[in-house]
Amino acid sequence: MSATDFERAPSVARDNAALAERLRKLWETEPGVIGWLASVDHKEIGIRYIVTAFVFLILGGIEALVFRLQLSWSNVRLLTPEQYDQLFSTHGMTMIFLYAGPVLSGFSNYLWPLLFGARDMALPRLNALSYWLYLCAGLFLYAAFAAGFGPNDGWFNYVPYAARAYNGGPNIDFYSLGMILLGVSTTVGAINFVVTFLRMRAPGMSIDRVPILAWGTLTASAANIFAIPAVSLAFFLLWMDRNLGTHFFDGTGGPLLWQHLFWMFAHPWVYAIVLPAMGMVSDGLPVFCRKPLVGYTAVALGTVATMVLGFGVWVHHMFATGLPSISLSFFSAASIIIAVPSAIAVFAWLATIATGRPVVTTAFLFFASFIVLFAIGGVSGYMTGSLPVDWQLTDTYFVVAHLHYVLIGINVFPVAGALYFWFPKFTGRLLDERLGRWNFWTMFLGFNLGFFPMHISGLLGMPRRIYTYADGMGWDWLNLITTVGSFVFAVGVLLLIVNVVVSLKRGRIAGDNPWDAPTLEWSTASPPPPYNFAVIPTVASRHPLWEDRLGTPQKSFTEAGLVLEQGREAIGTDPLDAEPDIILKMPGDSLAPLMLALAGTALFAGLVAHWWWLVALAAVAAGAAIVGWLWPEAKLGEAVDA
Amino acid sequence: MTGERAQLGWAAATPLDYLTSHGAKADAIRPLTIGTVAISLAVIGIVALLLIVGLRRARTAPAPGSRLEVMRDEGGLSWLWIGVGLSSLVLLFSIVWTVAVLAEIASPSEKPALTVEITARQWWWQVRYLNDDPSRIFATANEIHIPVGRPVRFKLVGGDVIHSFWVPGLGGKTDLIPGQTNETWLEAREPGTYRGQCTEYCGLEHARMGLLVIAEPPAQFEAWRAHQLRSAAPASGEGAFAMRCGACHAVRGTTAAGMLGPDLSHFAQRRTLAAATLPNDGSHLESWLDDPQAIKPGNLMQKPELTGQERATIVAYLESLT
Repeated sequence: MSATDFERAPSVARDNAALAERLRKLWETEPGVIGWLASVDHKEIGIRYIVTAFVFLILGGIEALVFRLQLSWSNVRLLTPEQYDQLFSTHGMTMIFLYAGPVLSGFSNYLWPLLFGARDMALPRLNALSYWLYLCAGLFLYAAFAAGFGPNDGWFNYVPYAARAYNGGPNIDFYSLGMILLGVSTTVGAINFVVTFLRMRAPGMSIDRVPILAWGTLTASAANIFAIPAVSLAFFLLWMDRNLGTHFFDGTGGPLLWQHLFWMFAHPWVYAIVLPAMGMVSDGLPVFCRKPLVGYTAVALGTVATMVLGFGVWVHHMFATGLPSISLSFFSAASIIIAVPSAIAVFAWLATIATGRPVVTTAFLFFASFIVLFAIGGVSGYMTGSLPVDWQLTDTYFVVAHLHYVLIGINVFPVAGALYFWFPKFTGRLLDERLGRWNFWTMFLGFNLGFFPMHISGLLGMPRRIYTYADGMGWDWLNLITTVGSFVFAVGVLLLIVNVVVSLKRGRIAGDNPWDAPTLEWSTASPPPPYNFAVIPTVASRHPLWEDRLGTPQKSFTEAGLVLEQGREAIGTDPLDAEPDIILKMPGDSLAPLMLALAGTALFAGLVAHWWWLVALAAVAAGAAIVGWLWPEAKLGEAVDA
Repeated sequence: MTGERAQLGWAAATPLDYLTSHGAKADAIRPLTIGTVAISLAVIGIVALLLIVGLRRARTAPAPGSRLEVMRDEGGLSWLWIGVGLSSLVLLFSIVWTVAVLAEIASPSEKPALTVEITARQWWWQVRYLNDDPSRIFATANEIHIPVGRPVRFKLVGGDVIHSFWVPGLGGKTDLIPGQTNETWLEAREPGTYRGQCTEYCGLEHARMGLLVIAEPPAQFEAWRAHQLRSAAPASGEGAFAMRCGACHAVRGTTAAGMLGPDLSHFAQRRTLAAATLPNDGSHLESWLDDPQAIKPGNLMQKPELTGQERATIVAYLESLT
């Protein structure tokens, strides 16, 4: 293969059956277990991410229901303090790390190449590695929990309670190493999103024509690349303190060093697990309002601005640590100002609904109700940003209410809406709308019944992370209502899962574009073929499928375009204007990512157990997997044809 | 229930709520808390209202796959200008208000009357009343007496893991962190018992790490302080206590001088046991001594395995420590 093969001018043709057949042979994953394990298809990986994340959502939910029983009235003795502590810590770890982030990675993985008119993510094997590492890290952490060694110091894992002196079991070792493993997964995934955004958009999709979901995930990914090293380092240093006798966190200042490193990561992470979800609403809601999103540019810039400011507010988790109030006041002001870009998004959504003519579907209900939940979670965050107020309400149930309005309101509700919206693209079938209404109303009412009263128990002084409370504190009835509400909410989530299971077989056939939506993913079949698009679309506006009705002067092309069929090929375009500049040779399916993930997990298991032979063996295996992964292939232009 | 509350030392129906305030610092924070709650409720109301207004033209879904009109007009940007503009004004106002309150509570209006050193331990509070004259320093635990109407400075020391000192009726939280000493101040406007609580997760018994602040008129406080400096009068049971309990607990003026657990000098004057967990009376004390792990599982006091006779002696002795 010659170098010019990357620079040849591809032919232009209309979509046709012969081309489709040829592409299918090139891109299809081999049948059978090996093929399944080796697949690097972003759609396959996206679905795996979503399914796995939902399994963790269910596990985390069951944990919460158990401790809600414990808290339903004063002095209930269902759980021991140790059981309670492991449950609330594991619940937080599960929801924040194993559900909320990965589920959005799943949607973005599935949708990005389709939104971009691309064949796959830029780095398909890295994509597979990201998923396998996520799965392995989740299993690693849950294996510890099942063995009775779940984390017991909260997801924030403050030292010195996490130090060996106060926490002698292997719990924190499992948690530390599991988090590092998961951090690798998130980091490689984030790199893949950034590269894909910069290089894989269809010709003509300049950065002002990119769906907001892509802005959300891009911003979150860029943030993760900067934020995750802080927490991975912190966990590694802690592991060394606990196992090798180092003293990073046990001297003067050690406890605060941990908090800085943790929150420098964890506050941006909170934005990383909501911005893509906000993006899904920004893209999905206008479809039902029959109108482009009001203020696209402001919303896109607001997304980026939120993240930039989001790196400057971590200290608001440390307002009570005795830092000088003059420096705290800057973080307080920043934590209040960060509401401005959120206000942009809220008014953009409201304006889109008010100036459009909304079509009420279950997806629309989830998206529209999300705006109110977003407002509630937003204003309670604004209250915690005000330093003197925070000194009263921090570490009370007010904050528990706040963070659940953020994580359920701004993650779970958009995700449920997104599932109703894109399920037909994933499967070719629609979710049932009638069951959908039951699903929506049960979740919406259950959620508010369960979580709104937490604001009040917070204002009445109920501290967080207590396994029980005395009677006579004035919290009993509020907690009983919260427990009832949490069970109703759980029924709502169950209805969502029932709907998915039922509709997979019996849902109505969707067709390519059931919602008459404007973006590229709806121009291909449902479910899309392995190669996504037979010919590469050319994009002329933000709404390629609405151009005739919007009266856009230039027209996008989806039925005719560049033909790339000499092997697995994709078109590479430049970052700003998406001018095509190269043909990318895409790697095929491979077992190497799975092998590397397994070897990495074995290495971390060896570190927990101090089985140094296993560590050495796993390191060698990981090296072998990397060599196999990178072995030059002629069809990728990495080696000369023999 | 009211009876039990009173037994535990407080009368309020919601002893930890921070919407009511009882001293200079909490008084200064309260309007800001209520003001931001009001602004928040207004924002939620406006957003909900705008959403409902926006839904007035809502319609049911047509058959999937049918083509619908798409609206062309780019109207709606004025919503952003007005909405974001107004929000920004409210946010800026909130920052100014925040900083003003911050300045107000940064230090007390007069020099603090006394300095109390609190060391937080799993899961109780060691309290030392500092004094330039070392002979006037004394220790107590879990119950802090202060004079009414005078600011009190607190030196907060982390004893083991991180804890947080919080008496919501009097002011906000400050953490106690190993390796550093934090400071805060509180002042009570009127006599009363104010409940406090550890609010930084600190392990198994984080839930049962309460404290009481007892505000008294200055004369009464001075009398209390003078009394605390007195040694315990010799009493029967002193030997049994020193032998069975003295390794961990101290009683001023006796051979019991343990440092691991709460100082029990003048124990009978205290209102609660086990960090504001139980009322301090004979029957609760007996059940505590019978098995502290049954009441506060995981706490560092192991089951003392006392004979019935020993337990009765020690209970009687502790009840004599007025």
